[in-house]
Amino acid sequence: MSIRVEHLTFIYNQGTALEQRALDDVSFEIPNGQFVGLIGHTGSGKSTLIQHLNGLIRPTSGTIFYDGTDIYSEGYSLRQLRSKVGLVFQYPEHQLFEVDVFSDVCYGPKNLGLSQEEIKSRAEDALRSVGMKEKYWDQSPFELSGGQKRRVAIAGVLAMNPEVLILDEPTAGLDPRGRDEILDEIKSLHEEKGMTIILVSHSMEDMARYASRLIVMNHGKKAFDGTPKEVFEHYKELEAMGLAAPQVTYIAHELRERGIPVDKDITTVEEARDAILRLLGK
Amino acid sequence: MGIIKASRLIFDYIRRDEEENIEEIDRAIDGLSVDVEKGTFVAILGHNGSGKSTLAKQINGILTPTEGTVWVCGMDTSDESKIWEIRKRTGMVFQNPDNQIIANVVEEDVGFGPENIGVPTEDIWTRVNESLEAVGMTAYRYKSPNKLSGGQKQRVAIAGVMAMRPECIVLDEPTAMLDPNGRREVIRTVRKLNRQEGITVLLITHYMEEAVQADRVIVMDDGKIVMDGTPREIFSRVDELKSYRLDVPQVTELAYELRKAGVNLPEGILSQEELLESLVPLLQAAV
Repeated sequence: MSIRVEHLTFIYNQGTALEQRALDDVSFEIPNGQFVGLIGHTGSGKSTLIQHLNGLIRPTSGTIFYDGTDIYSEGYSLRQLRSKVGLVFQYPEHQLFEVDVFSDVCYGPKNLGLSQEEIKSRAEDALRSVGMKEKYWDQSPFELSGGQKRRVAIAGVLAMNPEVLILDEPTAGLDPRGRDEILDEIKSLHEEKGMTIILVSHSMEDMARYASRLIVMNHGKKAFDGTPKEVFEHYKELEAMGLAAPQVTYIAHELRERGIPVDKDITTVEEARDAILRLLGK
Repeated sequence: MGIIKASRLIFDYIRRDEEENIEEIDRAIDGLSVDVEKGTFVAILGHNGSGKSTLAKQINGILTPTEGTVWVCGMDTSDESKIWEIRKRTGMVFQNPDNQIIANVVEEDVGFGPENIGVPTEDIWTRVNESLEAVGMTAYRYKSPNKLSGGQKQRVAIAGVMAMRPECIVLDEPTAMLDPNGRREVIRTVRKLNRQEGITVLLITHYMEEAVQADRVIVMDDGKIVMDGTPREIFSRVDELKSYRLDVPQVTELAYELRKAGVNLPEGILSQEELLESLVPLLQAAV
């Protein structure tokens, strides 16, 4: 179920005065079951990129292979691709529309022409995996809190049983606990169901905690691609791109500059704590 | 009395059925009292649904109290004859920059507010110039707002508020949709307006790093104020903050974890510099 992107270029308004190169010769491969973080400043090409991955936009040039097949080849069913590659947009709760939570989640699978039982069981599974308790299922989605609405919207995509789940800033506007809860639920989808996750986020702290690989976009090009530890070592270059590393990474670097032999690839609070305590002999 | 004062404020969202019978009452603010001194930079924290935005809307009279009183610059927000005066004195900036910009050119957008209250043309231009300068967007005055980044759009929205010459600005999660650069830009601008122009700032945010820069931090839960103090006082109470679904900046969390493990660090460390200052000597002695 790998996704292979080869020399992807996308130009908005080609041939006009407003021509803009949003993606510039981007290549990478995401193997099945990876948890990938996608970062880049606003306008770096992240959103354009993820819209290519489930065939919402056609590239100006380049190819995307899903499971070995070119998704733009003749006869390839983009409709089927979209049920395998689920895309959760920013503020997905704006797309809720049904009278109750359960019907909203059923909407996608219903359109796949599945049996009543199958639709029901998928919706139940999806709602449970985002931590929506049964007492909410009959409620209007519009009466829920922001975090709960967002869960319902994500469940709607999960009910399509995707193999790959792409989320564009799923935690924007949520309180800190809400952020952790949603990210933990995504993590368990990844661990328990082996789902491939592509997460777009501006929180470097979250990226360090959850992703096993980071792809950094800058001006439509892939700037870095590696583990969070590898990528955050380039914190100075990241800053020049309008990004940053987690706060603790800076602390580790500052300590090293003052001659304290702490590991330079620290990206989480736990790692920093353990490294410092080790040096202090505690 | 400070520039903003609320006394035993209660606000209920009331839902009615088709016959106007009350179906449900949701108490968003529950007996809240607060007094904000002129010129203070206040950060308001609290989980989704804790009442922060409802409070913000009380301050320029978008909502008025169910019970209790809110005074802004000494005017009671329930007094309808004062509402326009109150709105001139307190500007609001919201989360989504795209919903707040209306004109096709930056300078026109900034001039929209003063034009609407009948400011003479020459004064409008003076105000537009000053406001764009204050948020550092003068270079973009003839640009289309569509071509700006999120952070720049928010700065234009702030300039639009500044052009009304307010005494107080209320920002409701102005950085939630921005990337790290945009976030820094907006917070730097807000802080500058506070320090240099003496504007009172109420900043609602979910980013603890932003609250660290305030003079005063207020934590809300269930429509009430549950914590109120300087950033240092508030962020030294890590467990209590977490119980309100909040968090602390990574530096503070690291310092707190180290203290728990018996490392001799002061309480309530807020910045990288503070942590390094206390930690480096300890580490140098150990290695």
